[in-house]
Amino acid sequence: MSRDPSKSFQDMILTLHDFWSANGCLILQPYDMRMGAGTFHTATTLRALGPEPWNAAFVQPCRRPTDGRYGENPNRLQHYYQYQVILKPSPPDLQELYLQSLVEIGIDPLKHDIRFVEDDWESPTLGAWGLGWEVWCDGMEVTQFTYFQQMGGFDCKPVAGELTYGLERLAMYIQGVDNVYDLNFDGRGTSYGQVFLENERQMSKWNFEVADTDALFDLFRKAAAECKNALAADVPIAAYEQAIEASHLFNLLQARGVISVQERASYMAQVRDLARGSCEAYMAKEQAGWAEKYPEWSA
Amino acid sequence: MSAADFLLELRCEEIPARMQAGARADLERLFRAEMGAAGVAVGEVTVWSTPRRLALIARGLPEATEAVSEDAKGPPEGAPDAAIDGFCKKNGVTRDQLELRDVKGRNTWFAVIDKPGRATRDLLTEAIPAIVRAFPWPKSMRWGAASLSTQSIRWVRPLSGIVAILGDSLVECEIGGVASGYATRGHRFHCPGEVTIGGASDYAEKLRACHVIVDHAERQDLIRERAAKAASEAGLSLVEDEGLVIENAGLTEWPVPLLGRFDEAYLDVPPEVIQLTARTNQKYFVCNSADGKLANAFVCTANIEAADGGAAIVDGNRKVLAARLSDARFFWEQDRKTSLADHAKKLERITFHEKLGTVADKVDRVSKLARWLVEEGIVKGADADQAEQAARLAKADLVTEMVGEFPELQGLMGGYYARAEGLPAAVADAIRDHYKPVGQGDKVPTAPVTVVVSLADKLDTISTFFFVGEFPTGSKDPFALRRAAISLIRLIVSNGVRLNLPLAILSPILHLSIQVIGRHYEGTIVSLKGAFETLGIDASEGELSDDYLTEVTNEDWIRAAVFEPSSRSAGQVLDFIADRLKVQQREAGVRHDLIDAVFALGGEDDLVRLLARVHALQEFMGTEDGANLLAGYKRAANILKKENHTLVTPAEAGVHQASGADREMDSRLRGNGENGTIPRTGDEDPMADVDDPQMRAVYAARSQEKSALSYTPETDEKALIEALDAAGPRAAAAVEAEDFAAAMAALATLRAPIDRFFDSVTVNDPDPPKRTARLDLLARFRDAVHRVADFSRIEG
Repeated sequence: MSRDPSKSFQDMILTLHDFWSANGCLILQPYDMRMGAGTFHTATTLRALGPEPWNAAFVQPCRRPTDGRYGENPNRLQHYYQYQVILKPSPPDLQELYLQSLVEIGIDPLKHDIRFVEDDWESPTLGAWGLGWEVWCDGMEVTQFTYFQQMGGFDCKPVAGELTYGLERLAMYIQGVDNVYDLNFDGRGTSYGQVFLENERQMSKWNFEVADTDALFDLFRKAAAECKNALAADVPIAAYEQAIEASHLFNLLQARGVISVQERASYMAQVRDLARGSCEAYMAKEQAGWAEKYPEWSA
Repeated sequence: MSAADFLLELRCEEIPARMQAGARADLERLFRAEMGAAGVAVGEVTVWSTPRRLALIARGLPEATEAVSEDAKGPPEGAPDAAIDGFCKKNGVTRDQLELRDVKGRNTWFAVIDKPGRATRDLLTEAIPAIVRAFPWPKSMRWGAASLSTQSIRWVRPLSGIVAILGDSLVECEIGGVASGYATRGHRFHCPGEVTIGGASDYAEKLRACHVIVDHAERQDLIRERAAKAASEAGLSLVEDEGLVIENAGLTEWPVPLLGRFDEAYLDVPPEVIQLTARTNQKYFVCNSADGKLANAFVCTANIEAADGGAAIVDGNRKVLAARLSDARFFWEQDRKTSLADHAKKLERITFHEKLGTVADKVDRVSKLARWLVEEGIVKGADADQAEQAARLAKADLVTEMVGEFPELQGLMGGYYARAEGLPAAVADAIRDHYKPVGQGDKVPTAPVTVVVSLADKLDTISTFFFVGEFPTGSKDPFALRRAAISLIRLIVSNGVRLNLPLAILSPILHLSIQVIGRHYEGTIVSLKGAFETLGIDASEGELSDDYLTEVTNEDWIRAAVFEPSSRSAGQVLDFIADRLKVQQREAGVRHDLIDAVFALGGEDDLVRLLARVHALQEFMGTEDGANLLAGYKRAANILKKENHTLVTPAEAGVHQASGADREMDSRLRGNGENGTIPRTGDEDPMADVDDPQMRAVYAARSQEKSALSYTPETDEKALIEALDAAGPRAAAAVEAEDFAAAMAALATLRAPIDRFFDSVTVNDPDPPKRTARLDLLARFRDAVHRVADFSRIEG
């Protein structure tokens, strides 16, 4: 059966999988935790550390509770998909590979105006930053393109290139629809709305109105404590998962509007400390082995 | 020697548009520096940039540097062998190559070092990597496999190619794994393959054939013309925007401006919002219709000559803009569902500054100050209720959706919302413009209600930040207090606002204290008037209205916790404003010494009056009378200083009462020293105290007494006495009436008498009474001049 990425959301994803698989990537599955961006996936964050080559592509569902609109906004969702590609070290032809992937899913760069517009990326939470662009297609931002320079407060040695495609946006563009819920999901007429509209309504309501804030505060404290517990036991990956958990709980508390402006900075600092602490522990655990295998490398 | 043109192209992934102009300048500078150091004469240099390349063409480089021969002087004949061997080693010669020469009668060893000329091509081979490594990008990065080490090369984005050709031959070099060659690449999509360049002469044209206009200025011209043409073809006129022209030229190698339309229904949204959305988010130009109103059209700049003529591109961009405008319209509609007064309630939840409370607290202080400024008649022509209302609503738009999305629209949106809910035009305008003047070129508001709110807002900001110790230091000014002070000065000066600054500065500070204390001790009351009295500030000059004055707590505690620090920081604020005023006046071309001469008088808390005096003095010093009077003044001052002659000291007079807070406050605008006191350098004028109001009576009595002479004065002595008798009161009266030109004119009448006095009268007479009387006369002369300005500060 032939694929048609211009008529089917899932075919677009499968086309990207084929493309990046053919270009040497592991095709991973989504991380099974709630997170605000694909960058949180350990395949990005933790694997960006250290000297070992790493090429992976995966879809990551992202949750941004404050972006929920009860299914009433044609563009904004509290749950959506990102397509992440991470290539370490960044290959010299990364831009060309990326542009080729756009052609694969049906964007003709001689008909559409593709532009690389400066947009540096920074995540204080992860102690990370990089330089790159947002990629525009006819004025619409379709991808974030970043060369990681630091992660968890450590220099990236070597630098990884990260691509984050906004899948719904790209699909809306390619399919020519103005409302995300009108996307053809499977090319056979099942709409994105049929799959996700009710989910958006209920989750928006829960995020904004229902979630028990006392329980969320409690869970935040527990995640923070568990992160430290895991660090003490030298299992940094487990610690990092708790940092992801704490980060999402913080986002939920934000959506519930129970964190004041003053408290906000303090919560963010806590999450940052958990994430950085986990990265540091991960580095500490791995670095002797890396240094042995890669003599030119040093932490 | 023959000359050749040199071409350098550094190709990389997309360079941020905003960095390209700086990069061009840096490339030329570094190239000239490297070549200069190598001894290569560089003439004309052209630099170009596109998003994907920096290019430099240097015309007529010599093919080699000239050979030079240098003599190095060594040790004298007969020096120890070790010394001579060391000299040989240092200069890379052998002993038998040394020559003996006579230096002042002594035989000395010399080495002649021949430095052969070097091929420019070889020098370039070394210079190019040096330029790349030294390139000062605002932000740079590492990339690729080489970045395993942090020592790897850094560039703004990954460096992908180097073309370096001198004449028609390759300059071989290599940086971070990228080797130079003849090949570059054309347009990313139109001509993705390699293009072989012959040299500087065919570079631009070969690239043009590959859909790259390498000259940024040409791309800018093209965008300017074609965007305007696209608009005019649609019967519209382009809203010119040079920043967008440059930015779009920095984002494209083959710019193609295209006009698109958006749904007319969006024109309900204020035009500034549409323009801002189009500009900042999408980098589009907007257009006006024939009637001068914003049209439902945009011009985007594509980077390709699209197969379909750009139809798909325009359609895509239209959709993106529509989504943005739909958001903007949603905000516009949502925001208007709530009145500004209700929006303003939410300000209670926003921290203005950790120590300064919420934005609502600030609004409360500003509102009270605004009402006071009107009720005291300080700003004329404003309605007190309107001023207070405008101040209460001025910050309400900060919590609207629109300003949340576009912070640049603060003020402007508040003005729109105020008008939409039917508030008076003066209130709406004041809300809109109360941040003004923002920059140097920004117009200063003149509408009375706007002036009041803007003044009150800035006074509050500056005073309260100083009070909590957040003042600018060195290059750090996180709360932009310097800018606020300049805006405050401009508001006061251009509107001629007569304001007792110490009082106006103190009022937000005290009000802040009341808010803070009030929060802790609710229900206890103290009067602000008492506070002013405690501080020794004469609040009767501007009678304070009662509701502004009532409130808060226990006197002793307040005094220790609030009033003393308030007084201290009010002093700091005055010094700060005085400093800014000096800087501002200097920039406006006023001589700094004249500013100092007036500031040094002290006792001035009114900027308008102070500047009127400075400007009159500047005018006067430009006249012959002014210059001559200054010469006379300096002569008199020197004699008095030499003779150490004083009329009477304040201590002797016994009138110098405890230095009250008001005296300390008054001295602030002297702009000297930390505590507002004049530093005792020994050069200061003992007569400086004549302007002290508390000393006036003493000097008057002293002058009277001195007017009865024990001898018959000489003609020119008598003439000077008479001139002083006439000019002194005239100058004083003119100063009192704030007619500083007349005060200067009165001084001018002293010029001829003082000149003649010095010509014919001997001050240092052997007869002690005569000598004392004449010194006193000179002191009186100086006193009279000092009533107008401290001439000792004037240069010349």
